[in-house]
Amino acid sequence: MRAILFKEISGFFSSLVAYITIAAFLIVTGLFLWVFPESSILEYGYAGLDSFFNITPFIFMFLIPAITMRSLAEERKDGTFELLATRPVTDWDIVVGKFLAAILIVVLTLIPTVIYYISVYQLGVVKGNIDSGAVIGSYIGLFLLGSAFVSLGLFASSLGKNQVIAFTIAVFLCFLFFSGFDSFSQLISLQDISGFLTGLGINQHYQSISRGVLDTRDLIYFLSFCMLFLLLTKTILGARKW
Amino acid sequence: MSISVSNLSKDYGQQRAVNEISFEAAAGEVLGFLGPNGAGKSTTMKILTGFIPQTSGKALVCGFDINEDLHDVKKSIGYLPEHNPLYSEMYVKEALNFICDVHKIPNKNHRIEEVIELTGLGEEQFKKIGTLSKGYRQRVGLAQAILPDPKVLILDEPTSGLDPNQVVGIRSLIRNLGKTKTVIISTHIMQEVEAVCDRVIIINMGSIVADKRIEELKDQYPGKSLEEIFIGLTNGRPLASR
Repeated sequence: MRAILFKEISGFFSSLVAYITIAAFLIVTGLFLWVFPESSILEYGYAGLDSFFNITPFIFMFLIPAITMRSLAEERKDGTFELLATRPVTDWDIVVGKFLAAILIVVLTLIPTVIYYISVYQLGVVKGNIDSGAVIGSYIGLFLLGSAFVSLGLFASSLGKNQVIAFTIAVFLCFLFFSGFDSFSQLISLQDISGFLTGLGINQHYQSISRGVLDTRDLIYFLSFCMLFLLLTKTILGARKW
Repeated sequence: MSISVSNLSKDYGQQRAVNEISFEAAAGEVLGFLGPNGAGKSTTMKILTGFIPQTSGKALVCGFDINEDLHDVKKSIGYLPEHNPLYSEMYVKEALNFICDVHKIPNKNHRIEEVIELTGLGEEQFKKIGTLSKGYRQRVGLAQAILPDPKVLILDEPTSGLDPNQVVGIRSLIRNLGKTKTVIISTHIMQEVEAVCDRVIIINMGSIVADKRIEELKDQYPGKSLEEIFIGLTNGRPLASR
């Protein structure tokens, strides 16, 4: 698994994938937070990073599928998957190696945004007047949400050889799980199970962690979410053996 | 016996690709796998390397069952798949390094130097695989296959697309490897069979139609070239045999 992890990471950095992803993320969040008046912290008047944590899931929704779309689809298209699968590694090694490598890129996109926190911390009318607990919680939430999106992206990438299809399916799944279930739960005919439906979606758990309260239920939700989709990915890779 | 296959069959849906084949191969032997396109050569190789499972039958590689001890099987095989899939965005040394990591080869730099020397990759070792000519790509594939010093080498059309000079080099390399290892190569080139192989197995429509040492085959059909014997056996035209 380590060999595959390192291969993926060096692949991200030797192509432009990692740099472009990180740069694009920082430019977009930077514009939203400091330039565009509608969501700018400076216009908002409160010393908080709420708009950052509200926008990022929607940026991740497009960015993460872009990172993961090639990971398995390309191996299949080029036939290098055969090269990998006939080496002494298991399908789990392949899936988990690729999962961890993509998560590392997600973490690397998040780390520079600590500057936003430092800026708001410094700019507060009383210096340091910011809810640091909620910020830390939100970062943990973003990390978990990113992991969930990565597992969805890998799953989509395992479905076929076409990267564009992998990207499209991944964006759709991310959207469905992030806010689709919330919206479904508002349907009147589904009112009886609305609580259950919102519980299935990512958003509720993300919001709850963002408040700075680390609830084991939310942690278990994200862990089992990732496990489920990694398992599905592994199953689809193993389908060649059916 | 390093390879022993008994009654191996593979069905793709309704179509039977490999039909009850049995053969054995010992160390120090180069075995040529011949047959028209679609005869089941590559399928048999994919089964032996554990990439796809057989429908029925049994196969042992170095004493390990391909279904039960797949990991050990993969460790003892070096495999060059058909069409030679490679990571084109990697550098030659990077790719070899990755294969070393996957196999957890100790003292890998020394081994990589050795293999680069053996396969004649010296001049091209600092280039990206994607920029190499077809002949050199083929050598990279071969280098990846022999890197872990496996007991069994399975090479699917190892000399396709090489120029005559390169073919001579690769053939003598295969011959040398065949002194100590079990080598199975598939090919369409009859001169190659005579130059490299000790024994040939001719497959037609999934079944073995001949499994003999080359001298024996020529004794059986006196006055015929290997090419004529191949055409006779695979086209269904009866040959005058002794």
